[in-house]
Amino acid sequence: MSDTFQLDGKNVPFESGQTVMQAALAAGHYIPHLCYHPEFKPHGSCKLCTVKVGGRTAASCTMPAEAGLNVESNIEEMNGLRRTLVQMLFAEGNHFCPSCEKSGNCMLQALGYDLEVHTAGFRHLYPDRPLDASHPDILLDFNRCILCELCVRASSEVDGKNVFALSGRGIAKHLIVNAKSELLKDTDIALADKAMQVCPVGVILKKRVGFSVPIGERRYDQRPISAQALDDAPRLSDASSSCAACEGTP
Amino acid sequence: MVSVPGPHATYLNPILERHGHAAASLLQILREAQEHFGYVHPDALDYLSAQLRLPRARIEGVAGFYSFICLQPHGEYRVLFSDNITDRMLGSQTLMEQMCQQLWVEPGKASEDGLVSIGATSCTGMCDQGPAMLVNGRAVTHLSHQRVQEIAHLIRNRTPLDDWPGDFFRVEDNIRRKGLLLDSTLAPGDVLRAALAPGAADIVAAITASGLRGRGGAGFPTGLKWEACRLAQGAEHYVVCNADEGEPGTFKDRVLLTSHADLVFEGMTLCALAIGARKGFLYLRGEYRYLLEPLQAVLQRRRENNLLGACILGQPGFDFDIAIHLGAGAYICGEESALIESLEGKRGVPRSRPPFPVTHGYLQQPTAVDNVEIFCQAALAIHMGADNYRAIGTPKSSGSKLISVSGDCPRPGIYEYPFGVSVREVLKDCGAANTRAVQISGPSGVCVAESEFGRKLCFEDLPTAGAFMVFDDSRDLFEVARNFVHFFAHESCGFCTPCRVGTSMLKQTMDKIAAGHGTRYDLAEIEHLDQVLQTSSHCGLGRTACNPVLHTLRHFRPAYENRLKSLDFEPAFDLDGALARARQMTGRDDAGAHLKPEET
Ligand SMILES: Cc1cc2nc3c(=O)[nH]c(=O)nc-3n(C[C@H](O)[C@H](O)[C@H](O)COP(=O)(O)O)c2cc1C
Ligand code: SF4
Ligand code: SF4
Ligand code: FES
Repeated sequence: MSDTFQLDGKNVPFESGQTVMQAALAAGHYIPHLCYHPEFKPHGSCKLCTVKVGGRTAASCTMPAEAGLNVESNIEEMNGLRRTLVQMLFAEGNHFCPSCEKSGNCMLQALGYDLEVHTAGFRHLYPDRPLDASHPDILLDFNRCILCELCVRASSEVDGKNVFALSGRGIAKHLIVNAKSELLKDTDIALADKAMQVCPVGVILKKRVGFSVPIGERRYDQRPISAQALDDAPRLSDASSSCAACEGTP
Repeated sequence: MVSVPGPHATYLNPILERHGHAAASLLQILREAQEHFGYVHPDALDYLSAQLRLPRARIEGVAGFYSFICLQPHGEYRVLFSDNITDRMLGSQTLMEQMCQQLWVEPGKASEDGLVSIGATSCTGMCDQGPAMLVNGRAVTHLSHQRVQEIAHLIRNRTPLDDWPGDFFRVEDNIRRKGLLLDSTLAPGDVLRAALAPGAADIVAAITASGLRGRGGAGFPTGLKWEACRLAQGAEHYVVCNADEGEPGTFKDRVLLTSHADLVFEGMTLCALAIGARKGFLYLRGEYRYLLEPLQAVLQRRRENNLLGACILGQPGFDFDIAIHLGAGAYICGEESALIESLEGKRGVPRSRPPFPVTHGYLQQPTAVDNVEIFCQAALAIHMGADNYRAIGTPKSSGSKLISVSGDCPRPGIYEYPFGVSVREVLKDCGAANTRAVQISGPSGVCVAESEFGRKLCFEDLPTAGAFMVFDDSRDLFEVARNFVHFFAHESCGFCTPCRVGTSMLKQTMDKIAAGHGTRYDLAEIEHLDQVLQTSSHCGLGRTACNPVLHTLRHFRPAYENRLKSLDFEPAFDLDGALARARQMTGRDDAGAHLKPEET
């Protein structure tokens, strides 16, 4: 028997230990998110998933679900906030979607469309972030990094390797690789690594497969991220095996 | 991995040994390695990675988080000018330029001969005796043209710091007004002896009854915190004293640790008794590095007097000791969960809460984190009795508060008052004249203008962690706010989007206004940023980062509007400015090298 909370007026059942995000996705309700990934411990850094709970705001991916909560997510106040956060992420890096291999498969871009972010909003910071093309099979384009740490987490928690880490602080925070040369070719990364699969944007790319699926036929070209995200999430029926659902998706 | 032998092993081995090769001591190890070698060499990273069994990149990431840890050489003498607004008001910027000229260096870059680098750092906690700076981590106070000249000379002659005039490093207490804390004549052990018999539950009950509330800013009831920690399940419990004191304008913890260290440690030991802890930490900000040896001497004396160690005061089972951890230049490490991360040798990033430190703190064990002053006040409350303590102050703010007064007044320093003292009274006592505004509790606090000088310092009205920066009518409050905004952008840990990007955007907007390109649109943009930062930031830093601007806008809007162009919108991109580099390269500055202003 599980308790319930309210999400935008609907009853959402949850099990003890679940966060608001986990329970919502499992019950088929979408809350926008970026750094949250169903297979990893919630991180709580992008803040796209911010919701209103009893007049206060909180990141739904890290907030423990509790019986009787009244959660408001799909309201203009929160969507407006999310639009600004997406604008901030675009302004912070160097994103040239038309020439990006990830275009159409990129969560940031997909969120931009879904949330109807029509303007830049901020003066772009144009940071200087050189590429790392040293590895024979893998390209790192740091210009697009949104610092969600999914690759850091995947490499250490799943691959047992620690290929990636973060350094710097504040706006100077940046991704580094585990090598004295600071080059990816000198790490033990492999194409089969989980870290190769988790980047929500176009930083960690496999070489020589560019544009093999034409733009227009890609993941978020077919269905918006709000629908795709629900497919990815473990659903109520298979909540016991936390990542069965997403492994089934193509 | 083969470990790299060579020169680094020689000095790293004793350091590693001292820290038991513990990964949790990483920050301490890095700091000591740097003290020895000047910076953390790439080979040293490799060696530490092998010895501590930590990924190299993770060590590099930790080193890269802290301002005082350097991965590159930065000169034999690293000079960092304290960049609080109070230092600026005392002329720090001119002094820094002077020193750069005398030593032929550009700010932020090491000189070509590797002798010196000169830069700025966040407030070093010497606002009552500024302008101040750090030289290789040691605090120098009372800078003047004369002193800067002498220092440039000493550096040019490569004079070791130990041979510099002792006067340069003298830090005064500047205690101006005493109250129950600063007047206390308690001898080491007095409070502990009295608390032993009643025991843990009674100590917590008395602290609760005393009405004691946090002195680090939030004002959380101390009794509740200790009780929750006492009852929390865990193999170990920990006491942590937060001596990060990073809020610009605050320096009372410095004075307590200088002249009342015994009382601080007595309070920590009392807390250990109350919550059942066997180990405690003092997290001391790197800027107070000079206090390390004196504090260690006090700890040693307390061990010798059976006030620390096993069976304290002969009580079987009452075992407790304290270790000092030094910070390394990161304001965010004052936030309690970031502090705990830092204690564990990690990047100082605030944790997601819940769970809270009282149940899942240091090494995920129940941990009570309190401000330096709280440990003193708790000891006093136990000594005086809850009722007597509660009789001081106001109904919801019992006891006294140490106020750090700096800025435009003839008598800056430490003032102790019962809670409830008015802003005006403090101004009178410190001799301030023609005061335009006071910044209470630092940049994250509030700016009050003359109409509000009747307000009272207490949790019911103006809560404060202790900073009290005075600005007279010669000061431009816009520049004050801009300095604070730069501080937040520099100190944002970068974990969450709104604060990491938002503080930079805010800084950019303030700089745009300062450069004369601001419009009303920018003021609206600031209010929008504030909304976003307040509602979605991960911790208090981001949530309060817009305060300085909003408060000064509220009281001193003309200071902003006078700088605005009449246009409603002006692009931040300055076309003519963009040609500056080309002009510099071609050595031209004639009219033809400038864009003509467009007629409208
Ligand atoms: C950004 C930030 C910086 C902080 N810095 C300090 C500090 O330097 N010293 C301090 O005692 N508390 C600081 N705090 C408050 C601590 O998180 C915590 O509340 C305090 O140490 C608890 O002690 P108290 O109950 O005695 O106030 C800071 C909080 C935030 C959000
Ligand atoms: S590279 Fe990708 S996965 Fe890694 S932190 Fe950056 S955006 Fe996230
Ligand atoms: S609000 Fe700022 S300091 Fe706090 S976690 Fe976010 S980025 Fe870090
Ligand atoms: S999805 Fe919750 S903070 Fe990123």
